[in-house]
Amino acid sequence: MDAEITPCENRGGASIASLLFPGTGACMGDLLSVENLKKSFPGVLAVADVSFSLRKGEILALIGENGAGKSTLSQLLGGAIRPDSGRIVLEGREVSFASSLDAIHSGIAMMFQELSLIGGLSIAENIFANRQPTGALNGIKWKKLYAETADFLKRFNVSMDPRQVVKRLYKGDQQILEFLKAMSTNPKLLILDEPTSSLTETETAYLLENIRALRSQGMSFLYITHKLSEVFKMSDRVIVMRDGRYVGVRNTSECTEGDLIAMMVGREITNIYTKRSAPRGNGECLRVEGFTRRDAFVGASFRLEHGEILGLSGLVGSGRTELARAIFGVDRRDAGMVFLEGREVQISTAHEAIRRGIAYLTEDRKDLGLFLNMAIRDNLIAPSLERFTAPTGFMKNRAIGDFAAARVKEFSIVTPSVYKKLNKLSGGNQQKCLVATWASTDPKVIFLDEPTRGVDVGSRADIYAKIEELSGRGIGIVIISSDLPELLGMCDRILVMHHGRIVGEVPRADFSEELILSYATGVKSS
Amino acid sequence: MNSTIESRSRNLREAARSVLAFRESILILVLIVAGIAMTIASPVFLTWPNIEAILLGLSVEGTIAVGMVILLVSGGLDLSVGSTLAFTGVVCGLALVAGIPTAPAIVLALVAALAVGMVNGLMIAKLKMNPFIITLGMMITIRGLLLVIAGGRAVLDLPASFNAVGQGRLLSIQYPIFVVVILVIVGDILLRNTRFFRQNYYVGGKEQAARLSGIKVDFIKIFNYCLIAVLSGVSGLMLTARFGSSSVTVGSGVELRVITAAIIGGASLNGGEGSVLGAFLGALFMGVLANSLNLLGVDVYWQNLVTGLMLILAVVFDMINEQRKERGR
Repeated sequence: MDAEITPCENRGGASIASLLFPGTGACMGDLLSVENLKKSFPGVLAVADVSFSLRKGEILALIGENGAGKSTLSQLLGGAIRPDSGRIVLEGREVSFASSLDAIHSGIAMMFQELSLIGGLSIAENIFANRQPTGALNGIKWKKLYAETADFLKRFNVSMDPRQVVKRLYKGDQQILEFLKAMSTNPKLLILDEPTSSLTETETAYLLENIRALRSQGMSFLYITHKLSEVFKMSDRVIVMRDGRYVGVRNTSECTEGDLIAMMVGREITNIYTKRSAPRGNGECLRVEGFTRRDAFVGASFRLEHGEILGLSGLVGSGRTELARAIFGVDRRDAGMVFLEGREVQISTAHEAIRRGIAYLTEDRKDLGLFLNMAIRDNLIAPSLERFTAPTGFMKNRAIGDFAAARVKEFSIVTPSVYKKLNKLSGGNQQKCLVATWASTDPKVIFLDEPTRGVDVGSRADIYAKIEELSGRGIGIVIISSDLPELLGMCDRILVMHHGRIVGEVPRADFSEELILSYATGVKSS
Repeated sequence: MNSTIESRSRNLREAARSVLAFRESILILVLIVAGIAMTIASPVFLTWPNIEAILLGLSVEGTIAVGMVILLVSGGLDLSVGSTLAFTGVVCGLALVAGIPTAPAIVLALVAALAVGMVNGLMIAKLKMNPFIITLGMMITIRGLLLVIAGGRAVLDLPASFNAVGQGRLLSIQYPIFVVVILVIVGDILLRNTRFFRQNYYVGGKEQAARLSGIKVDFIKIFNYCLIAVLSGVSGLMLTARFGSSSVTVGSGVELRVITAAIIGGASLNGGEGSVLGAFLGALFMGVLANSLNLLGVDVYWQNLVTGLMLILAVVFDMINEQRKERGR
């Protein structure tokens, strides 16, 4: 679908750029070629025998499921780790990087996910970290530093104060700053690893626009992403990896989403969404009335049937997550009532919500959802501790073991043992654990906030099948998601929020991306 | 078939490991080896009076360590334990000297300790203050308060009925040894197996996630600070009774020794890790080390040096182990 709305004006960019910037190597126009690159960690072959080339002035997308070896490959190219064997040829010369600094000097920079910023320092010091202009006795020339930073920011149309301390910036702005920091080294190749994952729509648009402009100036990009829509919107060619191996390369304009998914998973997934029949109408499960909190959400009311899957759409910052958290009792509300199966319930803590049968699966798996340093079994029981406690206060270890083993099997979580710590699992398996954890609280209603963010296609299909199964058991389900195809594929009905208000309600019969976006952007309201 | 057996034996191994962690096994091994070596090196080491001396010396650190390791698991920290220990002793001593009978005096002193823990807990849980700063402030404040109320003097001439608490014997073993051994056994079982105490691992593992899981994070934190304050109080009373006097300077530095013991025993300042048994073994290790150096005639000044090195070694060992596992992904 996304392929159709993709602007095509840059499709020929690669060949034009290669004429403008002829390569010096054997192959005309190749900036970088990678030959038989290999890297293994104890027990894992992370990158096995990968070869590909990257042209000048090209955006080459790199896709693959979690654990396919994309990040390892990018770290090899960025100099963060060294390959076991294989060659990296940059502009016809073989290179070998001892560090990221080496790679930067050779013209390969990486954009990090806000890992490399130092919160307590100014924007200027972050961008020119370790490269500040210095004078006598190595003292920093502050005026010059700020002036140069201001010039630099202006070149990228960014209106930030170079003196601003980074930790006071919004998350999205920090991500933009990461991009600028990488750009300040004047790279020939910039490696981007999920660059838009924490950006709002405006920031994403800004970033993508800049990337396109830089491409037309002859810069190259390796663009790692989970979002297929971005692949079609941005890239000239796309390479696919699976299990550490190179699967193939395609011209983006000549392939479909289905082709890429098939390459990624190694099998055909025709439709990862299960087919929904009409809503069952099993009576009211949850009713929310007049939920209001200043500056977050206003007068939000909705109704949810047993077994219904309700979508909650809206742009980031529209109040979706805030509303769900307030219903779950972890955040304050100024007004509003919750009715479960027709009876009003008072909920002011997560503990009460769980006891009443409301579950909330957070969007922030790593920071709010999971105990990454703890075993799978301990995670699975976290919200259900009381159920596994004997009247004496002791934990029922045997019951916990059986329960955990059953859940691991039921949710097809790939792990050798339930004692494995969660940070040893892939993102997809972690997310399955999170879904399993909350589905096991015996809920009447379950809020799923971004249930498949950063999750590979195979795990997504598993999670969707589970959601469908939960709904079949009569559990009311609310899916909050920024992924429109996901909502359109899964839901019976979609509510759209804009500036803290529920501005639209769309039944399945009327589903269209255009309609939902027009509500979400405030163009339309009912 | 084979793979089922394999996976079963692996599960058994992992289960065994979860009961007796790697660190604890190593500490037990080290203690046994050191014990054998010392028995050969010194005829005095394996005699009851010497072992009793080691255990008696441990009774203060061991008791507080039970509370400290629970606190560390939940991601907290208490530096005010030494001050609370002295505070409890002085409050009890003053009450006794003023003519209050033994039992009410003990209760009064423990309530005073509880109050300190309550203030710590409320400030840290409700006002979201940093535990290091708050308890450091409390440590200095209480020590100052003691100097003000007791005028820098020790409280002497306590009644014999009170001194019996610290000096009495059951089966010819002094009470404080019973207290610490029972606390360690009970504490270990509770922290390992009961829901209430296991919640600490969740709170220390990730506080926000624990909150979203419906765990009453604030209550657990406040409880932990109260618990460690009362345990410090118990130590203070035992010490006061043993000496028959309470001094305002007693217990200084005990907080760092207790934290050291807990970390040698496998706890982490980042929370989410540790066991009561480990912390006790850590304390025992430090006690045996000091005793051994003593018996071998090594200058007393070496003790700190060796303890410090052991702490650093334990942490370095942890880090290497962690990184090795990281790379194994």
